[in-house]
Amino acid sequence: MKLSKISEILKAQVVTGEYSLNYEVTAACGSDLMSDVMAYVTENVVLLTGLINLQVIRTAEMMDIKAVIFVRGKLPLGSMVELAKEKNIVLMSTEFSMFVSCGKIYEIGFTGCKDKEVIQLASEG
Amino acid sequence: MSTIKLRYDIPANDFVTAGEASSNVKKKLTQIGVSSDKIKKAAISMYEAEINAVIHGNGGYADVEISSDKVIINIIDYGPGIPDVELAMKAGYSTASDNIREMGFGAGMGLPNIKKYADKLEIFTEVGKGTKIVLTVYFS
Repeated sequence: MKLSKISEILKAQVVTGEYSLNYEVTAACGSDLMSDVMAYVTENVVLLTGLINLQVIRTAEMMDIKAVIFVRGKLPLGSMVELAKEKNIVLMSTEFSMFVSCGKIYEIGFTGCKDKEVIQLASEG
Repeated sequence: MSTIKLRYDIPANDFVTAGEASSNVKKKLTQIGVSSDKIKKAAISMYEAEINAVIHGNGGYADVEISSDKVIINIIDYGPGIPDVELAMKAGYSTASDNIREMGFGAGMGLPNIKKYADKLEIFTEVGKGTKIVLTVYFS
């Protein structure tokens, strides 16, 4: 799904990367703990977070995450925007909470990263 | 190709420059044509080790050796050392302070992530003296 569609669903402001909104992502991850992102993300995701510090952009850089959406109306710091521009990472901000943001994109078909254990648990009911 | 040797300082408790060393190594591996999946393994494992040195190790430095078939990353600090490595390797266990956790760190996944992404991980540590993390990622 294209980032432009996510931006529309979340009524998100594009802070940087407005020329990269045709980029496609396959899954999403919502987290405020960056080591959890590195532990559990396995796909080409969009990252939703309420964390505002430079290490969010560094995590995205290391994980090859192309887009970060800040929830609860939070805006990235200037230093974060500069680093994101340098690394071609799209940054957006939505007024919706983490729960609602995740729910809204889940509704249109986004899932989390495929995890064999989770799929197994789900199939066992 | 001859071995490329790189060295980076890792300032203690500096959350602005933290990650720069790993970012530079990622860029270097990209420039020499290493495959993206191997670059990701090296970048993430080095980044976690670098952040550990910033948060827990009172800073230190990174020595990186890139050869044609692998990269070896040494992260050295002169911090407090790790009293119980087995405990430190447990997912979710963290000794991070409250202000560190407020910044989004302290998930307790640093060492488990390094073990997950690196092909080889060695930890040398002594309480009161410091810690050396040696991680290796093979390119094939």
